[in-house]
Order: sequence, then structure tokens, then C-alpha cells
Amino acid sequence: MNAQWLLFAFLASCIACAALGVVFSRNIVRAAVWLLFTLIGVSFLYFLLGFEFLGTAQLIVYVGGTMVLVVFGVMLTAQGPFLQLRTKRIEWVFAILVGGALFGLLAKASLDLATPQTKNENIPGISPLGLAFLGVDAVSPTVPMSGFPDGREAPKRTANSYLLPFEIVSVHLLVVLIAAAYLARAKRKRTPHG
Amino acid sequence: MLSLLSEYLPYWIAVVATAFIVAGLLITFVAVSALFFIWLERKVSGRIQDRLGPTRTGGRFGWLQTIADGIKLLTKEDTIPGLADRTLFRLAPIIAFVASFVAFLALPFGKDLVGFELSVAAFFMLSVLSSEVFGVILAGYASASKWSLFGGIREAAQVVSYEVPRALCVLVPVVVAGSLNLNTIGNQQVGMFWQWNIFHDPFTFVAFGIFFICATASCKRAPFDLADAESELVAGFHTEYSGLRWSFFFMAEYASMFAVSGLASILFLGGWHSGLLPFEPTESLGIVFGSLVNVFVFVVMKCWFLVFIMMWMRWSLPRLRIDQVMMTCLKYFLPISCVLLLGVWLWQLIVPMWFTQITRYLLAGLTVTGIVWMMIAIVRRPMITKPGELGGVWAGIQTPGMRARS
Repeated sequence: MNAQWLLFAFLASCIACAALGVVFSRNIVRAAVWLLFTLIGVSFLYFLLGFEFLGTAQLIVYVGGTMVLVVFGVMLTAQGPFLQLRTKRIEWVFAILVGGALFGLLAKASLDLATPQTKNENIPGISPLGLAFLGVDAVSPTVPMSGFPDGREAPKRTANSYLLPFEIVSVHLLVVLIAAAYLARAKRKRTPHG
Repeated sequence: MLSLLSEYLPYWIAVVATAFIVAGLLITFVAVSALFFIWLERKVSGRIQDRLGPTRTGGRFGWLQTIADGIKLLTKEDTIPGLADRTLFRLAPIIAFVASFVAFLALPFGKDLVGFELSVAAFFMLSVLSSEVFGVILAGYASASKWSLFGGIREAAQVVSYEVPRALCVLVPVVVAGSLNLNTIGNQQVGMFWQWNIFHDPFTFVAFGIFFICATASCKRAPFDLADAESELVAGFHTEYSGLRWSFFFMAEYASMFAVSGLASILFLGGWHSGLLPFEPTESLGIVFGSLVNVFVFVVMKCWFLVFIMMWMRWSLPRLRIDQVMMTCLKYFLPISCVLLLGVWLWQLIVPMWFTQITRYLLAGLTVTGIVWMMIAIVRRPMITKPGELGGVWAGIQTPGMRARS
């Protein structure tokens, strides 16, 4: 029960309240504002844990994202000022089922993390994952990775790299962007005389 | 500060006390500098546009006018339109002000003189300053007035576009410095003024200009003040606001002007180094006096000067149309800043050290020569014209109004 714990409890309950606000508010812009507070709270959580870059990225990405959500939400849904949304009963039931299942899964996962691990080698850390992504094979997760201390030979590259598929996917995104810009361009009528 | 207090108090009380002291100092600074900027804005506009009021009213140098303004705003009736979304309407100015205030937490005012030292301070300031727009959009939406909504949506389009070249231009000196920590970036530029990042290579030199214009646009200052274009949208997003809530928007605007000026001067203009003293003041003059020198140089010489240039631009240039604003950003600033970023990468990789040094001296020398030449030109032939005549390119043309007077 130290200051860190108190701050975490306060922040977590704020985030939970804001998340409930997202669900229960009828007005789409108010829901977006609650969502904004939830995401800002999550970024504060990152700052509390000392992950400054992650927290800042959370701020810039999600605040911008929520802003776009507000703009599009207002533009696409509202025929009159201050539209109210109504949720059907069947939607409530379905949402509670899905949300409860997800919550159970997450609770089980976090409880598993809290119990002390006997065998460590089954959970790869971030660096073996990244190396596997680059096609570097033969990485045993139990070995401390940084610097390869005790004369072990450096892991070899194999042909099985995931970098190329990843790059292809991102180029695909670029193609989609260009196509969207092409479709949304200003269309000029071509006159017969040029 | 924290280590000093925790010698006398339990640790958590020291943490809380430090937080309150730092936040209190910062908020006092923001509020006082907003007061000062309002006074300055009046005087600058009065001088530039021949407005007779601000040059004459209110005590010596017009200092009473700002106080009177503050009292008026405090006692003004606080109205909320009947149709408005009351919660969001109340929330919007607070969000706008908090966003621009939080940016000051990461802004160092001198060597190690920072509210909360972040290793990613430049990135943090960018992200926090860009969330100020959320308050503006909420204000525009919640007022239930079409002028406000127009202003809010314009602001959204403008800020989201200008964020991109602004962030790219911040990356240019970050590539040179190799750090996102503003304290480190400031410390690297110790020494004479040619050590500043702006003179590092031609790309940073151009990037400073682009960054400053983009920062002006993202503070919604004229010539980019589309969000509260008085002649088109009544007052844009703050049409329905009055009293204290309205003044929150203005405090936010002046605070973010100061914050982007501070960011610009740390990234490009040597931070708290005056450029004329070849040593770090905190090391040679003692920590207290040196810090005072640092803060004076940073706040008065760099930040206030850049804010003054923003005002100068506001009262000299006409407002752009919204399509011109967007075109300037997307067709010119975005490609230019991409080229600048690529260029500074190549420069860091290829160009040898001695060539960078020569470029430094060359750029700094050219800039100083240009400034001195402009000063001499202004002093030797001041642009004063006779009554009834126009100066500059309009010399010899008489306007109908002028003729009638003379």
C-alpha cells in the first residue's frame, strides 16, 4: 500500500468509470469524449509505469484518432443537432456476452501472469520475437540475448524471414491510400474543345 | 528540488509538495505571460496598423488596460445558449487550456530547469499541443451554432494537416542532435551562436522557417486564423462564449504560442544559450545566478521575440482562404519537409565534419550580415512619408481619401 499503488488504483478506477461512460452515453459526441478520457487515462498508466515513449505515442495517436471519430461521427450520423442513440435489447445481451467472455479471458491471463512461473522457456520475450521476424533462427529464449556474452556464436539468418511479407503488406496499404486519393479526386468534365 | 525536500519530509509528502510547487510556478508563469502578451498584442497592433486606442489609453504604457480587461472578463455574465450541450460546453475551454498548459511540464527553461524531465520531451510537447484542437472542436460542436461548428471543423482540418509538416520539421534537428530529450538538445548547442542547430546545415536552416510557419498555423494565429475568422464567422468557435470561459480560450492560445516558441528556440536557436557567451552560465556564474541568466535569455531573448514575430505577422498579413491554407500545407510544406528530412539524413551520413563546420560559419555569417544590412537600411532611409502620400511601391499614387483630406 504505497503511493504507487494508490495512484494506480485511482487511475484505474477513473479509466473504468470513463469506459463505462462510453458504453452508457446516448450522445455520440459525449461517447467520443468519454473514449478520449479513457485513452488519456491509459496513457497516464504508461507514464506511471515509466514507459514515456509509449504513453506519448498513445496520446498523439488516440487523441487524433478520437478527434477524427468525432468529426466523422457528427458528419455521418447527425441529421439534426445532438442526435441520441438508442440501443436495442438484443444488442445489450450480445454485447454483455461478448464483453464478459473477453473479460474472463483477460482476467485468467493476468492471474496466470501473477502466479510464479516454474518453466520460463515457453514464453519468448520481445527480442527473440523480433529476431525471428528478421529471419534469425536458432534463438533459444532461455539465453540472455543482449551482446551474446559467453562466446556463443551469433544466431544465423535463415531464409524464413517475415520482413518481406510485412513490407508487402505495408506497400499494400500505400496502394490503398493512393487508390482512395484517386477515387476522391476532383473530377473535371472534359469539354470537346479541350 | 525533490531531493532537497525529501531530506526534511517523508518521501511521498515531498513528491506531492514538489508537484504542487512546480505546477503552481508554471501556471503562474502561463497566466502572467498571457497578461503580458495581451498588452503586447495591443501595443504591436496599435503601432503597426495605426490604431489610435492602444497607443494612448490606460496609464503609463497602457498597463491599466489589461487589468481593466481582466476585471471585465471576471465580472461579465457567463451565458450558455439554450440549445447547447451544457456539459461539453463547460468542458471545452478547460480541455483547450489544460492541453497547452501540460506542454509546459516538459519544456526546459534553463539547464536542468524543467518541470518533469522526459526522455521524449520533444515528442511529448508535439502530441500534447496537438490535442488542444479537441477543445476547439468540442466548443464548436457544443455551442449549437452554425458559426461555431464551421469554425471547429475548419480548425480540425487545418490542425490535422499542419501537424504532419510540423512533426517532420521537428525531426530534422532531432536527427542532428540524436536525442528527443530537450535538455540534451539544449546542452549540445553551448557556445557561440554558430553552434546553434539552425546553422548546422542548409536543411535545418530551412526547417526552422517551415516549422515556425506551421507552428503559427497550429496555434490558429493570423494569417491562419480560419477558426475564429471575425469577418466571416462572427467569432468562429468561441462565438457563444463569454466571460471567464472565453478568456480560457485566449489563455490557451497565448500559452501555446509561447510553448511552440520555446520548442523552436530549443530545437533550432540554441535554447537558453545566448550565443554570445562562450560558456555555460550555470558552470561559471554559480547555479542560482547562472540559472537566472539562462531563464532570462530563454524567455526574453528567444521566446518573447518569436512571439513578437507571430504578432508582427498577424497584424501585417491578410487572412488566407481555407483552400489556400490547405494547399499551402499539403502541396508545399509537406513535400518540402519530406525533402528536408531526407536531406538531413544524407548530410549526417555523407558530409564530413570539416565541411559541416565551414557551412556553420557560412550560414551564421550570412544571417548576421543580412540582419546588419537590414538594420542599416532601416536606419539610413526610414519609410516615413509625407501626409497624403503613400510609401514603398505605392509612392506617387494618391488615394481618393487622402486627396480629400489634403
